[in-house]
Amino acid sequence: MAGWRVHTGQAVALARANVDTDQLIPARFMSVPRVQGYGDYLLHDVRRTEAGDVRNDFSLNNAPNASVLIAGPNFGSGSSREAAVYALVDAGVRAVFAPSFGDIFASNAINNGLLPARIDLAIYETLVSQLAEGTCEAKVDLENKTATIGRETFAFALDETWRTKLMNGWDDIDLTQQHAGEIALFKKNYTQITPWVAPEDIVESTL
Amino acid sequence: MTQPKTLLDKLWASHEVLKRDDGVSLLWVDRHLVHEGSHHAFAKIAARGLGVAAPHLTFAIVDHYAPTRERSRIKDPQIAHMIETLRANAKRHDLKLFDLHDPNQGIVHVVGPEQGLTLPGLLINCGDSHTSTHGAFGALAFGIGATEVAHVLATQTIWQQKPKAMRITVDGSLGAGVTAKDIALTWIARLGTGGAQGHAVEYAGSTIRALSMEARMTLCNLSIEGGARFGMVAPDEITKSYIKGRPYAPKGSNWEKATTAWDALVSDNGATFDIDVHIDASEIAPTVTWGTSPEQAMPVTATLPDLTEQDHQTREALEYMGLKAGQSLAGTPIDQVFIGSCTNGRIEDLRAAASVLKGRRAKVPGLVSPGSQLIKAQAEREGLDKVFIQSGLEWAASGCSMCVGMNGDLVQSGKRCASSTNRNFKGRQGRGARTHLMSPAMVAAAAVTGEIYDVRKLLSEGEI
Ligand code: SF4
Repeated sequence: MAGWRVHTGQAVALARANVDTDQLIPARFMSVPRVQGYGDYLLHDVRRTEAGDVRNDFSLNNAPNASVLIAGPNFGSGSSREAAVYALVDAGVRAVFAPSFGDIFASNAINNGLLPARIDLAIYETLVSQLAEGTCEAKVDLENKTATIGRETFAFALDETWRTKLMNGWDDIDLTQQHAGEIALFKKNYTQITPWVAPEDIVESTL
Repeated sequence: MTQPKTLLDKLWASHEVLKRDDGVSLLWVDRHLVHEGSHHAFAKIAARGLGVAAPHLTFAIVDHYAPTRERSRIKDPQIAHMIETLRANAKRHDLKLFDLHDPNQGIVHVVGPEQGLTLPGLLINCGDSHTSTHGAFGALAFGIGATEVAHVLATQTIWQQKPKAMRITVDGSLGAGVTAKDIALTWIARLGTGGAQGHAVEYAGSTIRALSMEARMTLCNLSIEGGARFGMVAPDEITKSYIKGRPYAPKGSNWEKATTAWDALVSDNGATFDIDVHIDASEIAPTVTWGTSPEQAMPVTATLPDLTEQDHQTREALEYMGLKAGQSLAGTPIDQVFIGSCTNGRIEDLRAAASVLKGRRAKVPGLVSPGSQLIKAQAEREGLDKVFIQSGLEWAASGCSMCVGMNGDLVQSGKRCASSTNRNFKGRQGRGARTHLMSPAMVAAAAVTGEIYDVRKLLSEGEI
């Protein structure tokens, strides 16, 4: 995964709280292999009528090129489904600004190069009223943890580790493999102190 | 003198391989549970040419897509494909698989404890947010996403920032008809869905100590709905007697060593918590959700909130749910019921529902899907299946079923379902479905009255 420092694009508001992972991607799409792309499933049932027509009164549908999302508190709450992040990323979204995020969603986002940036409720409200149903220019600076969206320039919050990971595009498996020695040592000690942890082999124990 | 430690501190320290300068820890994983939804993670390790680092600590379970009816012939090719993919991955990596036709099959968070795979003191991961369930045993258990699942598969470790500690103390005795589900919905309604975000919740107090393992699992299961990735209860004699003799549980001298280690798994006197919450058990009533977020819950005796000018969220939720502001929650007609899921699909839950249904007829259709095939068999030995069937409900096989609808068990658009599950999100049980979360006994009360109904009234009628 490639790292990134600055992103410029179009911002759009999704002015609602608790946009949970079931809304971000309904469960029925989750059996699709990733290679097919998840962009069309993003907020599928919110963006379309029951007959399947795209609603033109929904902000995202009028901003096909938006890559920055302004959303309400508790964005991405709910399940651990990383498919919610795939749907955003495959639809071209690079950053989500919200007052708060579901914990598992936020770490899934980082693992896919998507920025979950926390902002004050007041900034959220200003941005929402400025954007309304439209879009505007956005510039996100990861290095300085600031963003300019329309007329507003503001700071956002992001854990340091996550910022570093996003900027470097680090892959955890690569990082961990560098610690193979420490893991092996831990395992040796641990197995000795806690022999009861390994699952009993059912077949052997009944012999 | 050493600093008093929380249960979280102890569990964290015992699994920490190393801590980076930035404060993130690499933790050793004792049990990794995978299901059909883990296909993304298997694809990720395959793409890198990696294998599973610790196959003997990795267990695969068919649950999310498991058909609850006509299992011998799966009609939907996509569902069959999901199950086949898990089989193929389990085979390729030599993982123990609880397959569709295994008598031990069931929902991952039910099977783990039932098989003795879930033990106090362990670190347990699964690509499912309700992994917090296993914390009921005093384990560090948390849900992870697909990239993290791939990481655990490949390394048997996980990078994690230590959460803050939070304690929810519940004291006193619960009233008749009030359950662990009501404790959970009550605290989530009070603190909100973000109330425990970034925290590991430890449940304590006399009420919790008196709860069965099944009830503790229900409580820990729902921690994620209050924003906590972890929920836990310190192990005690109730925990030990639940575990003893289970297939994968420690035996012989290992049992002795294990229980000695488990006895130390308590928060020390004087340990501090970043958030400390107290709830009086006597204040908790049977609780029902009315909206589209688990925090939108209230006692069954309450009336729906009034609308204020700004309150978009309430307005939107009421609109989706087809309810009116200010109306009473009880008396709302329902279309169907569901009893099951990793939250409330255990034997005690089925017994509680059956005790309400016994000798009565359900006014609406409904589905009962036990949390595991072993629970199904147990319930059948106790004759509970007959109670459900005679009351008019459908008795089906085990799986996630109508909790998430991936197997095709869905609530139709606009229909109102009284459900023992964990999420009332828009569309969770099917597009346009209206879900009211409540305890299994409350679901049973809704079934026999055809409306949201205070189960305590049925109790006081002395008909149970
Ligand atoms: S029953 Fe529902 S919450 Fe539990 S594991 Fe299955 S889908 Fe997840």
